Amino acid sequence: MTVESGTTEVSQHPDGAEPRRGFDEVHILWISEGMSCDGDTISMTAAGQPGIEDVVLGLVPGLPKVNLHNKVLSPAMGGEDFLAPFRAAARGELEPFILVIEGSIPNQNIIEGDGYWTSFGNDPDTGDPLTLNWWIDHLAPRAWAVVAAGTCATYGGIHAMAGNPTGSMGLADYLGWDFRSQGALPIVNVPGCPIQPENFMETLTWVLHHAAGSAPPPPLDHMLRPQWLFGRTVHEGCDRAAYYEQADFGRDYNSPKCQVKVGCWGPVVNCNVPKRGWMSGVGGCPNVGGICIGCTMPGFPDAFMPFMDEPAGGTFSTVLIRPYGAVIRRLRGITNMAVNREPKWRHDKAALTSGYDPYWRPTGAAKRERERAR
Amino acid sequence: MTATEARAAERKPAQIVDMSWDPITRIVGNLGIYTKIDFANREVVECHSTSSLFRGYSVFMRGKDPRDAGFITSRICGICGDNHTTCSNYAQQMAYGVKPPMLADTIVNLGEAAEYIFDHTIFQDNLVFVDFCEAMVKSTNPSVLARAERTEARNGNIHGYRTVADIMRAFNPFEGEVYKEALKVSRVTREMFCLMEGRHVHPSTLYPGGVGTMPEPTTFTDYLSRLVHVLDFVKKAVAMNDDVFDFFYEALPGYEEVGRRRILLGCWGAFQNPDVCDYRYETMSEWGRAMYVSPGVVVDGKLVTNDLVDINLGIRVLLGSSYYDDWTNEEPFVTHDPLGNPVDMRHPWNQTTVPMPQKRDFDGNYSWVMSPRWYDRNSAEHLALDTGGGPLARLWSTALNGLVDTPYVKATGHSVQISLPKSEKLPEMTLEWKIPKWSNTIERDRARPYFVAYAAAMAFYFLERAMGFVRAGETKVFENYEVPDEAIGCGFHEAVRGVLSHHLVIKDKKIANYHPYPPTPWNGSPRDSYGTPGPYEDAVQGQPIFEENGPDDFKGVDIMRTVRSFDPCLPCGVHMYLGKGNTLTKLHSPTYGAAHA
Repeated sequence: MTVESGTTEVSQHPDGAEPRRGFDEVHILWISEGMSCDGDTISMTAAGQPGIEDVVLGLVPGLPKVNLHNKVLSPAMGGEDFLAPFRAAARGELEPFILVIEGSIPNQNIIEGDGYWTSFGNDPDTGDPLTLNWWIDHLAPRAWAVVAAGTCATYGGIHAMAGNPTGSMGLADYLGWDFRSQGALPIVNVPGCPIQPENFMETLTWVLHHAAGSAPPPPLDHMLRPQWLFGRTVHEGCDRAAYYEQADFGRDYNSPKCQVKVGCWGPVVNCNVPKRGWMSGVGGCPNVGGICIGCTMPGFPDAFMPFMDEPAGGTFSTVLIRPYGAVIRRLRGITNMAVNREPKWRHDKAALTSGYDPYWRPTGAAKRERERAR
Repeated sequence: MTATEARAAERKPAQIVDMSWDPITRIVGNLGIYTKIDFANREVVECHSTSSLFRGYSVFMRGKDPRDAGFITSRICGICGDNHTTCSNYAQQMAYGVKPPMLADTIVNLGEAAEYIFDHTIFQDNLVFVDFCEAMVKSTNPSVLARAERTEARNGNIHGYRTVADIMRAFNPFEGEVYKEALKVSRVTREMFCLMEGRHVHPSTLYPGGVGTMPEPTTFTDYLSRLVHVLDFVKKAVAMNDDVFDFFYEALPGYEEVGRRRILLGCWGAFQNPDVCDYRYETMSEWGRAMYVSPGVVVDGKLVTNDLVDINLGIRVLLGSSYYDDWTNEEPFVTHDPLGNPVDMRHPWNQTTVPMPQKRDFDGNYSWVMSPRWYDRNSAEHLALDTGGGPLARLWSTALNGLVDTPYVKATGHSVQISLPKSEKLPEMTLEWKIPKWSNTIERDRARPYFVAYAAAMAFYFLERAMGFVRAGETKVFENYEVPDEAIGCGFHEAVRGVLSHHLVIKDKKIANYHPYPPTPWNGSPRDSYGTPGPYEDAVQGQPIFEENGPDDFKGVDIMRTVRSFDPCLPCGVHMYLGKGNTLTKLHSPTYGAAHA
C-alpha cells in the first residue's frame, strides 16, 4: 500500500535565478542558538557520506572553498573571534554566506520588558544578550541561501508543541513561506529530529554545488524538503511493510512484524530512514524495532501523540487489509511449504531419476532413439 | 587551599580586568562565563556562569500521556538524549509497576555503554584536548611546550609517541593523528549505539517496559566486532592522557590548584543489574547498590550515602539568581514518598516551573539555569554537588563503595580495576584508576579516558549476558502494563556528564508534573538563594592563572580548561577570549584579600 506524498516542485526554476558564475569561496554561518538541543550539529558529525571534514578540507570535487563557522566544529579561537564573521555578515561585510539555523524560533514579542528566551552573544554597546531573532532579522536578508537543519528549525518541532511557553515556530513561519534568499532560493528545509546525518550532508553538498555554479538548485517539495529524500514514505522503504500487506501485525514490541497497531506512523510519514538506515546503513526506526513517531513531519509531535497507541485511521486500514492479507498469507504459506521441499530426485537409490537421459544409458530412451535412427 | 594562602603572602596591588567568554564554543546549549581577573596576582577573582536558553520541558509535558515522556525528554539534549530516554523509562517503570525482561535491561546497558564510549571520546579527544594540543600550548605557554619537546613520554611503548610534545601534536585539530582517529572512533561507537537503540541522538527502540530492538545473534555480533576494533584506541587514550596530565603537574608546579574545589561529588549510578532491579521504590536502596556504577554522595573524600532513597529525598531545587518565580505557595504534588518519608516542597516532585524572562543582571538574576542542591542532613548544608564532568564522580563513588565485582571491572574501596581483553595490536591489560588527591581540572579530565575503558569493559560483560539469554531462548524484550490513574515515579541514571534524575507525577493517567534534572544544572548553576556559587563558578573563582600571556593577548586557557573539564553538556573546544580586556578597577590587595578569604 502506498500513500501519495502530494509533493510539488517549487524550486526547480526559482524566481529570479539568473544564469551566473558560481562562487569560489563561501561561508557557512551556523547558528544553533534556536530552541534546540544541538542534536542536529551532533548528528551531522556522524555523517561519513560525505563527512563534514571532507567538505571543509576540500576533498569533495567541485565545491567552493568552505569556511565553516559552527559552534562545535569551528577551528576559530572563539569569543569575539568566533562571533566576528557573524557580526561582519550582519553589517553586510561578509558574503556570500549560507545561513544554517538549528532550533525553533521563539516568539520574543510575547515577552514584556527586557527578557529573552535565547541569545547568541551580546550587544557590544549595552552588554545585553542579543536574541536569536535579532540575528535572523539581520542575517537572513543578506544570506545567499538559508538552510533549516532539523524539525525544530523547519517546522517548530518539540519546542513548539501544544502548551509551550515560548511561542516557538519554524523558520519559514518566522520569515514567511515565500521567503527568497539572495541566491533566489526558498528556505531549504531538512527535517528530522534530529536530521539523519547523511540526509543533511547530502543536501548541504547539493546547495554548495549550486553555489559553485555546477548544479541546479535542489528540488524541493511544497514543504520545502528535498524531494529525493522525503518524496516517499517510511512504509515504502520499510522492511516490515510486507507484514502489513499480509495483515500480520505485531501486538507488542517483542514482535518483528509490522508495528502499525502499536503506534507506528510509517505509512503516512515522509522519510527515508528505514531505507537508508541511521548512519552508514546501521539502525533506523521501524526496521529495527522502533515505532515511527513522525519526527520529520510538520505536524510533529502533536499530530502523532500519544506515540505508543495505534494511529488514527490505523484500525480502519488494518481492517480493510485483513481479508486480502489473510488469503494472500495463506496462499503464500502453501507455496512457501512447497518451495521449502527438496525435489524427489535427490536420493542415493540405484536409479537416476533426475531426468537426465544420455544415449549411453542401456535402458535409456535416448539410446533406443539413436538405434532406431541408425 | 594552601596554594592560595601562599600566593596571598606575596600579594601585589590588584590589577583587575573584566573578561568574558560568551558564547562558549563547542558545547551543546548556550553558556557564558564572565570573570574578573587579577593580573597582578595572576588569579581569577570572581566568576559568573550564565545560560541564555529557556525551552520549558516541564511546562509543556503537563497533561501529556506519560508514556510519551521518554520520546519528548530525549530532545532535552542533542548529545545524550538516550540517557534521558533511559532515565525517563526507569521513572515510568516505577510508576507503572513494570519490570522489563532481563534481556531488555541488558540491551539498554549495552546502548548506554556505547554512548559513554562515543561521547567521552569525541569530547575528550576532539574538544578538551584542543586545550592541551601543541598549537594551543605554543600560544599560551611556550616554555611548557619547549619542555614537552624534551620530555620523554612514559607510556610510549603503548601509544607509540616518543615525547609529550609528540602527543600534543597528535591532538592538533583536524590535522593531528589522534584527533582524526577519534572522529572515526566516535562514528563506529555510534554505530554500536544504533545497533542497540536504533538511532543516535534520539533513540527509536527504547520504550517504558523494555525495548523493541530485535535480539538476534547478529545484533550482538555486529556490536562485538566493532567493540574489539576500538579497544586499541581505548588503551592508548588512557596511556596518552596519563602522560600529558602527569607532565602538566611536573611542568607547572601548583597546577593542581586549577579548577580545584572541595570534594563534593554526586553520582546517581548507572547500568542496572537485571538480577536485582525491579524498579520499585520500596526496594530502591537495594537495587541501587547493585548497579554496575555505584551511586553515592562523596563529601571531603567520604562516602556520605549510597542509598538512592536518601539521594532522592535530599534533592532541593533553589532559585536564587535564576529567571523564575517561586512555587512554594502551590499545593504540593507529593507530601510523602512510598516509604512514608516526608517530601520537601523544594523537591522536584513538588516543583512548578514559572519562567519569568528578564534582563540579565549579575548582581541579581542572570541565568535560565536553576540551582539544584543536595541537602545533607548531617551538616544541614545545601551542598553544591558537582559531577566531576561525570567520570570523576562515577569512578570515585564506585571505588569507595567497593561493590562492583565483575570479571572485567572490580571496585576495591580505594580504586577501580578495569580489565580489557587482547586487541589488534595491544595485549590484555588491567588498568587501575586510583582515587586522586584532588577534585580539580586535571583529575576530571583524567577520569574520562578511564571511564571509556570502564564502559568498554562492562560492554563485554553485558554482551556475554545478552548472548547467554539469546542462546537460552529468552528473547523477550518488552513487558506490557497499564498506565495507572495515579502514580509517582523517579528515575536515577548517569548522563554522560553526570547525575541525571527524572521525577514524574501521574494524575488521571496524564502527566501532572515532570521534572528532569540533568548534570548541567548541577554543574552550571548560578548563585543559589543562600549565595552559594555553582560549581563552574566555584571552581574558576580563586583559581591561579598559568598562561604566560598578559591582559592584552590573554586567551584564558586555564579558565577554559576548568570550565570544559566539567564537560559542559558537549564537546567544547577552543573558545578563547581574544582582544583586549576592559580594565575595570584597580583595587588594593587588602580589600580584595579580605573579601576573598
